[in-house]
Amino acid sequence: MAKGIRDKVAILGMGCAKFGERWDKDEDQLMLEAYEEAMADAGIETSQIDAAWLGAAFDAQNIGPSGIPLAVALRLPDIGVTKVENYCASGTESFRGAVYAVASGACDIALAMGAEKLKDTGYGGLPVRTRGTTHDMIGITGSAPGNFAQLASAYRGVHGVGKDDLKRAMAHVSVKSHANGAKNPKAHLQKAVTMDQVLNAPMIAEPLGLFDCCGVSDGAACAIVTTPEIARSLGKTDIVTVKALQLATSNGWEMQASGWNGSYFHTTRVAATKAYDEAGITDPRSQLSLIEVHDCFSVTELVTMEDIHISKEGQGWRDVLDGFFDADGQIPCQIDGGLKCFGHPIGASGLRMIYENYLQLLGRAGERQRQDNPVFALSHNLGGMPNQNVSSIAIIGRADA
Amino acid sequence: MSDFGILAFGAYVPITRLQRSSIHATNGWFAGGLRGLAKGEKAVANWDEDSVTMAVEAARDALEGLDRATVQRVAIASTTLPFADRQNAGIVKEALNLPDAVGALDVAGSQRAATSALLAALGGHETTLVAAADLTTPKPASEREMTSGDAAAAVLVGTGTPIATLVASHSVTMDFVDHFREAGEAHDYDWEARWVRDEGFARIMNPAIAALLKKAGIEGAAIDHFLVSVAVKGVPEMLAKKAGIGEGAVADTLGANLGHAGAAHALVMFTAALEKAKAGERILLASFGQGCDLLLFEVTGAIGSVKPRIGLSGWLARRIESSNYAKYLFHRGLLPLDRGMRAEHDSKTALTALWRNRKAVLGLVGGRCTKTGTVQFPKSEVSVNANDHAVGTQEDYPLAEVPAKVMTWTADALTYSPDPPSYYGNIDFVGGGRMMTEFTDFAGDALDVGADLRMMFRIKAYDENRGFRRYFWKAAPAF
Repeated sequence: MAKGIRDKVAILGMGCAKFGERWDKDEDQLMLEAYEEAMADAGIETSQIDAAWLGAAFDAQNIGPSGIPLAVALRLPDIGVTKVENYCASGTESFRGAVYAVASGACDIALAMGAEKLKDTGYGGLPVRTRGTTHDMIGITGSAPGNFAQLASAYRGVHGVGKDDLKRAMAHVSVKSHANGAKNPKAHLQKAVTMDQVLNAPMIAEPLGLFDCCGVSDGAACAIVTTPEIARSLGKTDIVTVKALQLATSNGWEMQASGWNGSYFHTTRVAATKAYDEAGITDPRSQLSLIEVHDCFSVTELVTMEDIHISKEGQGWRDVLDGFFDADGQIPCQIDGGLKCFGHPIGASGLRMIYENYLQLLGRAGERQRQDNPVFALSHNLGGMPNQNVSSIAIIGRADA
Repeated sequence: MSDFGILAFGAYVPITRLQRSSIHATNGWFAGGLRGLAKGEKAVANWDEDSVTMAVEAARDALEGLDRATVQRVAIASTTLPFADRQNAGIVKEALNLPDAVGALDVAGSQRAATSALLAALGGHETTLVAAADLTTPKPASEREMTSGDAAAAVLVGTGTPIATLVASHSVTMDFVDHFREAGEAHDYDWEARWVRDEGFARIMNPAIAALLKKAGIEGAAIDHFLVSVAVKGVPEMLAKKAGIGEGAVADTLGANLGHAGAAHALVMFTAALEKAKAGERILLASFGQGCDLLLFEVTGAIGSVKPRIGLSGWLARRIESSNYAKYLFHRGLLPLDRGMRAEHDSKTALTALWRNRKAVLGLVGGRCTKTGTVQFPKSEVSVNANDHAVGTQEDYPLAEVPAKVMTWTADALTYSPDPPSYYGNIDFVGGGRMMTEFTDFAGDALDVGADLRMMFRIKAYDENRGFRRYFWKAAPAF
């Protein structure tokens, strides 16, 4: 295996816009909001950025094609700007582009931006989207909750978990994230909810109720990366480095062959295994300090706990109910509120997760800060649908770990 | 005895039975005179069905267990064909995965289109699949709305061991306009029923029936099954009496539990008769429309050996009662509900891509790797087998007739569906192969992991901007 990315790249600064129904802002203003915070954190000038990547998913509805919108919004100095799109992993993809550029030596300092403006569609939920002329003739025109809800029917069938037990575990996921989001001023939803509220909410896609689904929001998040050496030369002493970046994309096996049982994400398992290897983590359950996973829906978060090898297969729902992933549990998951409370501006989410992990590692997370000196933090993005998807894992940690 | 005749038969009836009382409950204030018809139920097509999809189902029913490669010609008869210029029989052909070297024709324009198509097939020498289907959209609160129903039937005509042979036929053509519908219009315009009965059915059909019997050299009493494809009560009995046909021979017109299926109805009644006919019996099939077609069949000793897969009786037994008249109106485009912005999604079809993928899209033909045996949908150049991505090894593997099981499912209330919630999920075919598809015709809580499925050819999406409809296969409950 290649030597990997571990400790070759440091995060120089990060920023995150306030997520929500940003009726007041256009996409360029949201990007600027995240950028200004990141630049203040990094302590550099725009002229020092060598290249930039923009992660955004829905061309037609918001940001538009190409890297131009980012270059124009920030008035970048005619550098290379590339737009990346990989469904909900787009934010992490922009980070990957910037990190790889620095790691290769092609750039000293690179920028990753993720942004999405979803509240200009006129309706709730994600825009309906084509998957290409050929696929549209044979694929379904479902919604994101409908696609992910199928995890639950399969999970129950495969693991023999009762409908009520699974629904309760799913509800715990949402109650936990709302409790965390209530402490986060940048979250879209900042209100705690009760088990009863979650369990009795209107059905969106069986068995996912309203509170099992993340919100749809506008938002942007930004990272500036460089080498650890340059970071030190710029005066940084407390350094967070990239430990692993892995991406796995379905090749059609889940959807077309017969080995997959529908209850998990094959790609996440592959990406997680490779990421731990790259980061030198041998026992994620004891070594990870905190995690941000792609909780587009409560059931997604639940099965992801198994797919990233923290919970045993078929037992994730028990760990959830035991509070293992609560803010005061052994490994907090979505300590910032997650997609559940931030909402899910597709291109921004991956960087928003890394942003929270970055703050926690530096002890800058305010009221929600973990007090046990976090060392390794994992973030996970998932795009597409359970039977055909893109999974990304980013592990960052303290440079000395 | 001739070895040319009816080789096989089948039918199709949509699962929903709209209660006529519910129509009257809504419209009775306005059209109180319809009270007398507000009894029983009518079969109504689902939102994703049309005459083409119904004809496909009837044809599948008829072709059960037969080698489809023997079919040389496909005819579809209907007055409600979805395309005015795109051969509808060609879509049926693709859905049935018949060889490309077949002839095809659409027969339309009259309530007796199906019998005319059948007569043409019987007068030829090719093995012809004659399918008939009608999906009518009568005006709300009309008598026709009460009496009509949606259904399809199919017969295979050709050389072999017929279950029935044509003994004689007689046709009369005259421009008697009892009702009409201009091209492109949704609704029929009907003239007074009493005039139609007395000047049409009686004056035109009585002498024609007499002429047919004379041609055949038999008396009316020799008829065992008298099939009159007319919705008006008492007409078959009146015609039988005049022709000397026994009262017991008059067939049920299926008005109580199906309704009159327009141009398809004569074939629907014919398949109903074939289900119970015995060797040596005579069937007189009569259809009316700008004259009439009369066909006299004799049932052969082979009758018991050929059965449809489900048959009209089976399809009639598969039913979901509905009193939701508003839903029916919406599905027929007669009630413009606010469908929301999600319904604005553009469903344009790339005709180039449809042509390239016609076998997969219209025929549900997947691939089977000749090296590893892996079955997959759709077929691809590089095999999906995780251990052997063999290139160029796949052969056609038809999946439409393969039973399947539910692997995952959901009921999605967010995505736009004309019949929310939208049911879809991953399914596994028995013997290999899987796909994600929509479910149709499910009711209540029948849908669960492991449930048995049957694939059905349906409308996937309507492209309202261009007047195109996209077809694909959906999974329905097996039965």
